[in-house]
Amino acid sequence: MSTMVQAIRLALHVAEERLGVTDIFGEDVGPPLGGAFTATQGLKTTWNSPLDERGIVGAAIGLALAGQRSVAEVQFCDYIFNSIDLLKQGGMIHWASNGDWNCPMTIMMPVGSGIRGSIYHSHSFDAIATHIPGFKIAIPSTPREAYGLLLSCIVDPNPCLFLVPKALMRVRSQPGEEIPGEPGDDKALSRLIDAPLGDRSKWQPQWPDTPDLFIKLGEARTVRPGRDLTVVSYGRTLPVCTRAAEELVSEGVEVEVIDLRSLWPYDWAAVKASVQRTGRVLFVNEDTEVTNFGEHLLRRTVDELFYELLAPPKLLAGAHIPGIGLADNLEMASVPQLASIRTAMLDLARSQP
Amino acid sequence: MSSGLRPVRSATEADLSAELLVRMHGLMLKARLLEERLIQMYKQGDGYFWIGGPGEEAFNVPLGLLIDKGSGPQHDYCHFHYRNSGTLLAMGAEPIDALRQMKNTATDPYSGGRNFVGHYSRREWNVVPVSSPIEVQYSIAPGTALAQKRAGGRGISIVTGGDAGTAEGDFATCLVWASRPANPLPLLIIVTNNHYGISTRSEGQHGETRISDRARAFNIESKTIDGNDPGVSYRELAAAMDYVRTERKPFMLEAVLSRLHGHSSASGANAVLDEADCLKGFERTMEERKLMTRAQMDTLRAEFTLELQEAHKKVRDEPQPTGDTIFDHVFSERDLVRGDQ
Ligand SMILES: Cc1ncc(C[n+]2csc(CCOP(=O)(O)OP(=O)(O)O)c2C)c(N)n1
Repeated sequence: MSTMVQAIRLALHVAEERLGVTDIFGEDVGPPLGGAFTATQGLKTTWNSPLDERGIVGAAIGLALAGQRSVAEVQFCDYIFNSIDLLKQGGMIHWASNGDWNCPMTIMMPVGSGIRGSIYHSHSFDAIATHIPGFKIAIPSTPREAYGLLLSCIVDPNPCLFLVPKALMRVRSQPGEEIPGEPGDDKALSRLIDAPLGDRSKWQPQWPDTPDLFIKLGEARTVRPGRDLTVVSYGRTLPVCTRAAEELVSEGVEVEVIDLRSLWPYDWAAVKASVQRTGRVLFVNEDTEVTNFGEHLLRRTVDELFYELLAPPKLLAGAHIPGIGLADNLEMASVPQLASIRTAMLDLARSQP
Repeated sequence: MSSGLRPVRSATEADLSAELLVRMHGLMLKARLLEERLIQMYKQGDGYFWIGGPGEEAFNVPLGLLIDKGSGPQHDYCHFHYRNSGTLLAMGAEPIDALRQMKNTATDPYSGGRNFVGHYSRREWNVVPVSSPIEVQYSIAPGTALAQKRAGGRGISIVTGGDAGTAEGDFATCLVWASRPANPLPLLIIVTNNHYGISTRSEGQHGETRISDRARAFNIESKTIDGNDPGVSYRELAAAMDYVRTERKPFMLEAVLSRLHGHSSASGANAVLDEADCLKGFERTMEERKLMTRAQMDTLRAEFTLELQEAHKKVRDEPQPTGDTIFDHVFSERDLVRGDQ
C-alpha cells in the first residue's frame, strides 16, 4: 500500500513514460536526493534547478510555451510567495492572448501544517491559489487521489497547481483505496521504488505496472454519507474531519464528509446536493480565515441555499496570524485539530433556530 | 536629459547591401510613422494609453529582419517588451493590427481588445504574449531555450527589455539559468539601454559601468553597441545570433539608444528634441551615400502616412469586444502539446 509520496512518484513515472512529460525539475528534485520529500526519486526526466523559485516557475512557463509538458516542484509553498506574479502570468497567458497561446504545466508543492514545520514550513496556499484565475488547483487527501489528480493535472492543457499536504505524505492508503497494480505489501513496494540510503549511484527503481488512472478535476468525493450535517474539506483536515465524523456516530450524529479535492474547478453540484439534504454545512480548511476559500463557499451557500438551511453555515479555518509557531501548543492552537473540528460539527448539528 | 549619444551619422559598412539598407530605411520610417500615428490616436481619444518604441527603430528593425520567424522550437522564440513595434513590423506584421490594439477592438489579433498597444502575441511566429510586469520575460525565456536546446537545430530564444528593469531579480535569473554549466542555453539576452526607467536616470541607480559587464561573471559572451546605428545593430545582431545558433550558448547584447517620446502617454508622449534620432541620422547617411534622394524619402513618407491614415479611419469603425466575452479563454480545451490546432 503506497504512501502519498510514493503514489506521486508512481504517477510521475507513468507521466514521463506514457504521457509525454519531458521535464520534472526543481530544487534537489534530481539525483542524488530525488526531492526533499523523495517524491521524485528514480525518475528519468528529473533535474536539479538553481535555487530560484522565480526561475523555476518561469522555466515551466517557457517550456509550456514551447509545447513541452513539465512538472516543476517548488520545495515548499512557503517559498513561492516571491513568484506570485509569475503564477499570474501563467494563469493569464491563454486569456491575455485571446486564446492564441496555451500554458500547460503542473507546479507541485508541499503545503500546510502537521509536521511541526515552524513558521516557514507550515503555510497553506489554497487561499492564494484560488485568487489566481486561470489555474486548475488540486489537493489530494489519499495516495490514490494524489496519483489520479496529478495525472489529470499533467495532461490538462492549462496550468495546474498540485498542492500536496505535507502531513499526509507518509500516510498509507486504506484497504480498498490502492492504486491498481501496486503491490499490496508495503515492504515490497518500498523495495521496488524507494532509493536506498547512502550511495544510490547504481540503484535502479523497478516500477510496478500502474494504469493511466485519471481523477477528473472538478469532481468531489463523498467520503462518508450522513443525514445531519455536511462537512466540506480537503487536504490535511479532510481525514481529521472523517475521524471526527466517525466519533460522532456514538453521539447519534451522522455527518456527511465531502472531499473537495479540486479547488478549481470545484464541484458545487455535489456540495449543493448534500447541503440540500442536510440543511447544515461546515467548511473546514487550515489556511488563514480571512478571505479564505471557505468564505467563498460560505457566500455561495448563503446566496443560493439560504432558504434551505436549518442553521447558519460555518467555516472553521486557520487563525489569521502571520505564521504557525513551532511549539506543539502553538501549532495546535493555530489550525483546526480533531477536537476543534469535532466541537464545530457537534455545535452545528445541534444548533436550533 | 541628453542620452550622451551624438546624432548618428552611421558609418555603414560595405558588407550591407544597398538593397538591405533601403529596406531597413523603409521599415524604420514606417515604424516611426506608426508610433506617431498611435500617439496621435491616443491624443485624439482613440485609445486609452500609448507606449511604444519611437527612437529604437535602428535596433528593432534589424532585429526583426534577422529573426527566424515561425512556430515551434526550430524557429526563434520572441520574449519581447512593449517597445518592439519596429521588430514586429520588420517581421511582417500589418501596421493596422497595432492600431487595432491601440483602439482595443475585437479585431485586435494580439489580444482581442484586452491589452495595451505594443503588447503583441502571435503564436504562429513564436511571439509570446508581451506582458506589462517589467522583466518577467527574462525568467520565462530560459524555458523556451531549454526546449530548443533539446530539440537541436538552429532555433534560439530572444528576450528584450530595458535598462532599469535589469535591477529586477528576473534578470539575474536569466543569467544564471542561461549559463548553467550543466546545460547552457541558446538565448540571446538583449537590453535596450535608454538610460531611463520612466523618469529616473540610471546613473543614480546602477553602479555597473555597462550592463553587459554583468554577463562576464557568468562567462556569457557580451557586447555593448550603438543601437542608434542600424548598420552596427544589423551586423552585431547577426554576429550575436549566429553565435547563439551555432554554439547553443547565451549571448548578451546591450544596445544603447534613444527614447524619443518619453516613457509613455503617462508622461505626455511629446517629442524629445535633445536625444539622437536614429532615423534622421540614417536618412542623412542614405543621402550622402546616394542610396536614396530626399525626394524619394519624402514620397515614401507621404505614402506611409496615407496608408496609416486610411488604417486609422478603418479601425475607428471596427467593433469593440462585448462584455459577454470576458469569460472566453480563461481555460483552454485545445491541447497544443497533443497537436490540436
Ligand atoms: C514589475 C514592474 N514594476 C513597475 C512597473 C511600472 N513601469 C513600467 S515601465 C517602467 C520603467 C521601465 O524602464 P526600463 O526597464 O529601463 O525600460 P524602458 O521603459 O526604459 O524601455 C516601470 C517602472 C512595471 N510595469 N512592472
